Amino acid sequence: MDIRVQESPFAFGAEAEAFAARQRGMGAVVTFTGIVRDLPGGMAHMEIEHYPGMTEAALRKIAEEAQARWDLGDALIIHRHGRLGPDEMIMMVATAARHRVAAFEAAEFLMDFLKSRAPFWKKEHLSEGAQWVAAKEEDEAALDRWAPKEGA
Amino acid sequence: MMDVLYFAWVRERVGLPKERVETGAATVRELVAELKAREPRYEAAFADEGALRVAVDQELTDFDASLTGAREVAFFPPMTGG
Repeated sequence: MDIRVQESPFAFGAEAEAFAARQRGMGAVVTFTGIVRDLPGGMAHMEIEHYPGMTEAALRKIAEEAQARWDLGDALIIHRHGRLGPDEMIMMVATAARHRVAAFEAAEFLMDFLKSRAPFWKKEHLSEGAQWVAAKEEDEAALDRWAPKEGA
Repeated sequence: MMDVLYFAWVRERVGLPKERVETGAATVRELVAELKAREPRYEAAFADEGALRVAVDQELTDFDASLTGAREVAFFPPMTGG
C-alpha cells in the first residue's frame, strides 16, 4: 500500500504505470484522478487544508479497509494540499485486484470515503472572493451503500 | 493541559490554528461550553454544533466523547476531500 499526502504535483501517467508494473497475478488495475474544476466567473485557485498526522492515518485506515474487503493486491492514494490552480490534479487513487469488479468497486469505495472521512478542506478563491466548499449531502449519503448489510 | 486545533472556517473564526488549553472538561461538549464562555470569537465558531465535526487524539468522534487522558482535540467543518 502506498499513501502519500504532498504539496507538490504528481505525474499521473508515471504513477499509474509504476503501480501497474509492480503487480503480480492481478487481472485489473483501476485508476481515478480528481481535478480542480474551473468555475463560471473564473476560479483563481483552490486552497486545500489538511490535518497533518490524522490525514495519513485516516487514508491508511480507508485503504486497509478496501484491501481487506475486496482482497486487493495493492492500493495507492496520492492527495495534494496547498494551493492548486484550475485544471491541476488534486489526487489519484489506484487499485489492483484479480478481477475488474473488485478493482472498480474498491476505487469507488476509496473515493466515497476520501470525500467525507479524510480531513481535507477545500477553499475556492474566485474573482469576487473566497469561500469554503460546503460538504454535500449526497457525499454523505454515498457512504450508506458501503454499510454492512443486515444479516451479513 | 491539552492541545486544541482548529481547521478551515473554524480556524478563521477563532483566529488561530492551535492553542494549549487548561481545562477540567470531562467531555467534548463541556470543553466547547468553556471555550464559548471565553470570548465572542469562540461563540461565533461554535454557534452551530451540527455544522462541526470533532476528533479526539486524531480519531473522529462526537460531542459526547470523553476527554479523559486526551492530549489533542480538533474542531473542523465536515470534510471535503477527494
